[in-house]
Amino acid sequence: MKVLIPIKRVPDTDQKIQVKPDGSGIVTDGLPFVINPFDAIAVEEALRIREKSTDTVEVLAASIGPEVCEQQLRTALAMGADNATLIQCDASLDPWNVACVLRAFAGRYQPDLILMGKQGVDDDLSQTGQMLAALLDWPQATFASKIEFLGSGLRVTRETDAGLEIVRVTLPAVVTADLRLNEPRYASMTSIMKARKKTIERITTTELGVTIEPRLQLLGLEAVPSRRKSVRVGSLDELLVKLRAEEKLL
Amino acid sequence: MRALIICEHDGKGIRLGSRSAVAFANAVAEETRGSIECVLLGHSLAAVTQDASTYAPVLVADHPALENPVADRYAKVIADVVRQRGYDLVVAAATTFAKDILPRAAGLLGGAMASEVIGHEFRDGRLCFRRPLFAGAVVATVALNAKPQIVTIRPSAYPAASARPERCGVTSFAVDEAALPKKTEFEVLQSKLSNRPDVTEARIVVSGGRGIKNSEDFERLVGGLADRLHAATGSSRALVDAGITPNAFQVGQTGKVVAPDLYIALGISGAVQHLAGMKNSKTVVAINSDPEAPIFEVADYGLVGDVYELVPQWIARLNGK
Ligand SMILES: Cc1cc2nc3c(=O)[nH]c(=O)nc-3n(C[C@H](O)[C@H](O)[C@H](O)COP(=O)(O)OP(=O)(O)OC[C@H]3O[C@@H](n4cnc5c(N)ncnc54)[C@H](O)[C@@H]3O)c2cc1C
Repeated sequence: MKVLIPIKRVPDTDQKIQVKPDGSGIVTDGLPFVINPFDAIAVEEALRIREKSTDTVEVLAASIGPEVCEQQLRTALAMGADNATLIQCDASLDPWNVACVLRAFAGRYQPDLILMGKQGVDDDLSQTGQMLAALLDWPQATFASKIEFLGSGLRVTRETDAGLEIVRVTLPAVVTADLRLNEPRYASMTSIMKARKKTIERITTTELGVTIEPRLQLLGLEAVPSRRKSVRVGSLDELLVKLRAEEKLL
Repeated sequence: MRALIICEHDGKGIRLGSRSAVAFANAVAEETRGSIECVLLGHSLAAVTQDASTYAPVLVADHPALENPVADRYAKVIADVVRQRGYDLVVAAATTFAKDILPRAAGLLGGAMASEVIGHEFRDGRLCFRRPLFAGAVVATVALNAKPQIVTIRPSAYPAASARPERCGVTSFAVDEAALPKKTEFEVLQSKLSNRPDVTEARIVVSGGRGIKNSEDFERLVGGLADRLHAATGSSRALVDAGITPNAFQVGQTGKVVAPDLYIALGISGAVQHLAGMKNSKTVVAINSDPEAPIFEVADYGLVGDVYELVPQWIARLNGK
């Protein structure tokens, strides 16, 4: 079985994000980047599938973007992915573009399962997996918190607003990972060293026959200032007085 | 613009969030001299149709094969409706229902989608959307380059539409069962019934974090205060991960986004991912034993102290003691 894990490079979630003065983007100088946390969960799940399976399972990590995305692919390799491909592209990409590139790539690689993060923690769009499933005409199971193999398909527990939903999908399928699917492992120093020596395949979006036509156009960014009163109250009674008298609440 | 609202329902009526989607669509239609319609998908939709028709003209796709909200089927029906009837704008409330189904429909309809919209405007006649990035630290203005434009809106940003004086028309949409995808089978929805309101729909939300040690304490302190205030209960991710609260309680970047009149954070540190889900609340109160906790920066009123002492006192005050 072949499992494809698309990897997005995103700013470290602990970092403070600053907008460029002209609003055209964020300040990236000195900003550390990581694998999108949800994609790391997808990598971990693929590794667990491989560890538990009696068949051979191949885990391929693929990232679309400029050369720097190699760093995140190295992290995926250090975690234990078998192979990695960098799909080279310098243009900025929206979910539709990523889905189109991944469809073309899936056409070559022929995975049985595409396991990906439920959203990027940078743009929080949560679209790519679903769009990709539509383009491939595969079933999807989004926001997965548990994945079980059942004969020729999967039984997936999904986290929804209404509670946990269980669906069965046939393979091939697209599954997107939620936070509680697992806790990703840290790569050991030895595996990080080993991952440095692995070759990362390269292919361009042009070679895949995809032209990048953005659907979601960014017009500008603004930082959001906090406009809170930030009053420290000394006691519960003072708090209740404020809420009742000033906020007309309770 | 001609707008189509995908209405989410519970088998009886449409969800409050869908009424916010109607309000958004109404605003765009008014500004463009356009029109709106809504579509219902499901089975045995008589009651829901009645309810929906008080807000907008309704299209009903009622079929046993649509009994449960399975993404591939629902997206196919939505795409068929849009192709046959021609809409410029397709909108739904940003819930897990829509987050699952709408991007898939967008994949079938050209891929122009903006998620979690919190505002809109026209620039030189072009519809532009405002949406948060980076856990709400940044707001982007975006536009969509293809038709139809597909969006999910945050209900907290658009007050729910009110009922029209007269009912609107109802049209049924024929579902071709043979053409529906059959690769997904719905097994079950395990929902924990709660007698408290949903966090996204309540006026007051009482939320607990790691400062609360176990389920009993959560129920006694967070639940107890919530009940006295007729509030919903929420929590940080830490408590969901610890198995103390169910997933549906999680407020934040990757959970639910709420904007009640009053948000009370008990023993929550205020990580950016949590703030992303509550910082647009009208008034925020935080109780935390750590005077340096970041939650105080986004709170209108901060009280330094132990929730185990203060919350029982608060409940006692509300009980008239
Ligand atoms: C990709 C990603 C997505 C995430 N998504 C979310 C999300 O959607 N929602 C979310 O909430 N988090 C999310 N997180 C997690 C987030 O980063 C924080 O870890 C989490 O919010 C912390 O929860 P907490 O405030 O309850 O716990 P802590 O950070 O441990 O804080 C506990 C607080 O309780 C206080 N306290 C302890 N005892 C008492 C007491 N007796 N009385 C009063 N105060 C007390 C402490 O001073 C402390 O401030 C996400 C993280 C990542 C990486």
